[in-house]
Amino acid sequence: MHKFVSVDIKKCSGCRVCEYICSMDKTKAFNPNHSRIRVSRLYPHTNAALNCRLCEDAPCVTACPRKALTQTEETGVIAVNDNLCNGCGWCVKVCDFGAIAIDPKPTVRICDLCSEREEGPCCIEWCPEEALELTTNDILAQKARIEAIQRLEQASGENR
Amino acid sequence: MNAYTGKILYVDLTTGSYRTASFDETLSKNYIGGTGFGVKMLIDHLKPGIDALDPENPLIYVSGAVSGTMVPCTASKFGVFAKSPATGFLGEAYSTGRWGAELRMAGYDILVITGKAKKPVYLWINDNSVQIKNAVHLWGKTTTCETEEAIRKELGDQDIRVSCIGQAGENLCKFACIINDHYRAAGRTGLGAVMGSKNLKGVALRGTNSVTVAEPDELVKMCKDLYERAKGPATVKYRTLGTAANMLTMNAQAALPTRNYQSATFENAEKVSGERIKEEFVVKTQGCSACPCRCEHIAIAKEGEYKGAVARIEYEPLMAMGPHCGVDDPNAIIKGIEISNQYGMDAISIGIVVGFAMECYEKGLITKEQTGGLELNFGDGHAMVEFAKMIALREGIGDVFAEGCKGAAKIIGGGSEKFANHIKGLEMTGYDIRGLKTAALGYAVSRRGADHQRHGSYGHDLGGKVDRYKAEPARGKIVMADEDLYCILDSIIICKFTRGIWNGPYDDIARVYSLVTGIPMTGEELRKTGERISNLARLFNIREGLTRKDDTLPYRTMNDPIPDGVAKGSYVSQEELDLMLDAYYEARGWSNRGVPSDEKLDELGLSDYAAIAAQAR
Repeated sequence: MHKFVSVDIKKCSGCRVCEYICSMDKTKAFNPNHSRIRVSRLYPHTNAALNCRLCEDAPCVTACPRKALTQTEETGVIAVNDNLCNGCGWCVKVCDFGAIAIDPKPTVRICDLCSEREEGPCCIEWCPEEALELTTNDILAQKARIEAIQRLEQASGENR
Repeated sequence: MNAYTGKILYVDLTTGSYRTASFDETLSKNYIGGTGFGVKMLIDHLKPGIDALDPENPLIYVSGAVSGTMVPCTASKFGVFAKSPATGFLGEAYSTGRWGAELRMAGYDILVITGKAKKPVYLWINDNSVQIKNAVHLWGKTTTCETEEAIRKELGDQDIRVSCIGQAGENLCKFACIINDHYRAAGRTGLGAVMGSKNLKGVALRGTNSVTVAEPDELVKMCKDLYERAKGPATVKYRTLGTAANMLTMNAQAALPTRNYQSATFENAEKVSGERIKEEFVVKTQGCSACPCRCEHIAIAKEGEYKGAVARIEYEPLMAMGPHCGVDDPNAIIKGIEISNQYGMDAISIGIVVGFAMECYEKGLITKEQTGGLELNFGDGHAMVEFAKMIALREGIGDVFAEGCKGAAKIIGGGSEKFANHIKGLEMTGYDIRGLKTAALGYAVSRRGADHQRHGSYGHDLGGKVDRYKAEPARGKIVMADEDLYCILDSIIICKFTRGIWNGPYDDIARVYSLVTGIPMTGEELRKTGERISNLARLFNIREGLTRKDDTLPYRTMNDPIPDGVAKGSYVSQEELDLMLDAYYEARGWSNRGVPSDEKLDELGLSDYAAIAAQAR
């Protein structure tokens, strides 16, 4: 199971600190457009940061006509070969999470879990709300089960 | 220069043309950004004495010096400037959210809009592309849902930031504001009316340029430290209950404006306390760009006719539409704030104006026929909300009150000016300053009229650092120091909620400024710059006709003692005010008429403007 950076929507405040630090880490300048993690805010009060979920058999890798994307077996991180990528955008089109973008042109940028950083992803380190974590789908499912059981417990307690 | 784009965008709506100009390090170093840029641009671009609603009144947007970086609680800030329709003096207001960073990323630090479009338009700035777009279909529409979201939809980009007016701005309501990013407002001094007078519905932005900084590694290190501080005790109030926590504090201190300042305590303060609102009404707390504190406490009305109304809760609007109108139902207050947000009215002023109207009604100066059948009684939440709408739309007698307290009192007469609570034409804010003497001086001299945000001097009174009931000369220096610091906070632009995280505070701020811009700066230089900006703003006001007589307080503050609570019996006499004014002017190096001396102007590098002072002497 691949680990990826996942957001807790209840905690995310939409502050974009993850975008600022990611762009600084990768490009030495501030620019949310260049961040590998992107924050969306919907009226009236929904906020969420989204980035690559390191899908198994990632559709972006399959879609790339130039074989510029390769998925590392061990971590699941999708590497972009800048020499092959021409920014055609097919990977953007097939990603269900909008986790890929083409900026700065002409190559795509995808979260690499800050693999060169010993401390792990900088967005997690900087998130003021502790809304981001490195996790797997298994762990997320486990949490969901526990929450569901707690709700059931609460409901049956109230009915007693 | 790093961070600064060094670019000014000038747009003339009359001719539909635009041009760009450059500025260099001299402006950056001497005026920083924000307030400094705004005041400098306005005094240099405004034709003296023109009407605030004249097409030639420039509407000026400025970013802060460190906008677009991750310095905590600064990224998204911007200021708006013009001659104020409310006061006839300096109009200035600040907002936040995401718009400020986008202006800089689009490539500009300053945007100057003059002229008047033939038909309603909005400005669409997409990096180098500047377009004036048709807004006839948006005229008459509310801000957030009907304009901001509509513009995103029609331009097809969800990352577009929009700053726009609602019906109040279109209708030239004297306290109309400019709304951006759903809940944020450049709120005070009626700048929404300036926008409306230009047939300008809004400014939409999309910027893709990076913001570079001089010392990225050092800056990130310093930010790490600042973020930790910003998550600590210095900001805990804003992160938990928000400014709404003030409600019970002000009530206990007998400083809570109640029923148009007839009283300074509210018997039902508990019902509208920050504690109750948080517990029962707040559904989400979210933040501005690059903010580790997040203070946007979003509340939803739960029951009654206003169920479902959405508002961002702050003490000031809560006070203005709550205790100040005698209203104790949070549902109605939330609706009132939603109305001010959607119709685009200063959420402080609208509450103060409705409370003023309620006292007019109580005293029989306006009748039920004139209010369109509304029983405009203190405590009636329904009447408060419906009357606020009438004002925004200038319906019936709402038309009179859309002129603000000062303007409305002139029309209504009958002695109403004695309970019209404004300074220089701008409505009072949420501190009953009769028992807060340092704050009283701060309010009297504030360059934009009744205001706690140009000095924050209430902190000395409420914090027990001085005798809050005593007027003494030492307050002059205190207020001056507060004002100069706030000029810098508003130039960098730093959110005042984080003012406690800066050590020095000038030294920390100067260090960040240098790390970001690469321009050497010391704490002392910054302090001096704050003083320079204060003086230039004073000169602007003097040129527009301000004299010592304008540095005054509302009639009620000076004549009707507080009737209740710990501050019972307090008021500010003319003698007390004069004593503090003399001391303040002296501290500033101004004459006893409030005019800067030539020596002071020389010292601050403002001798180019000496003629303004000479004429006033």
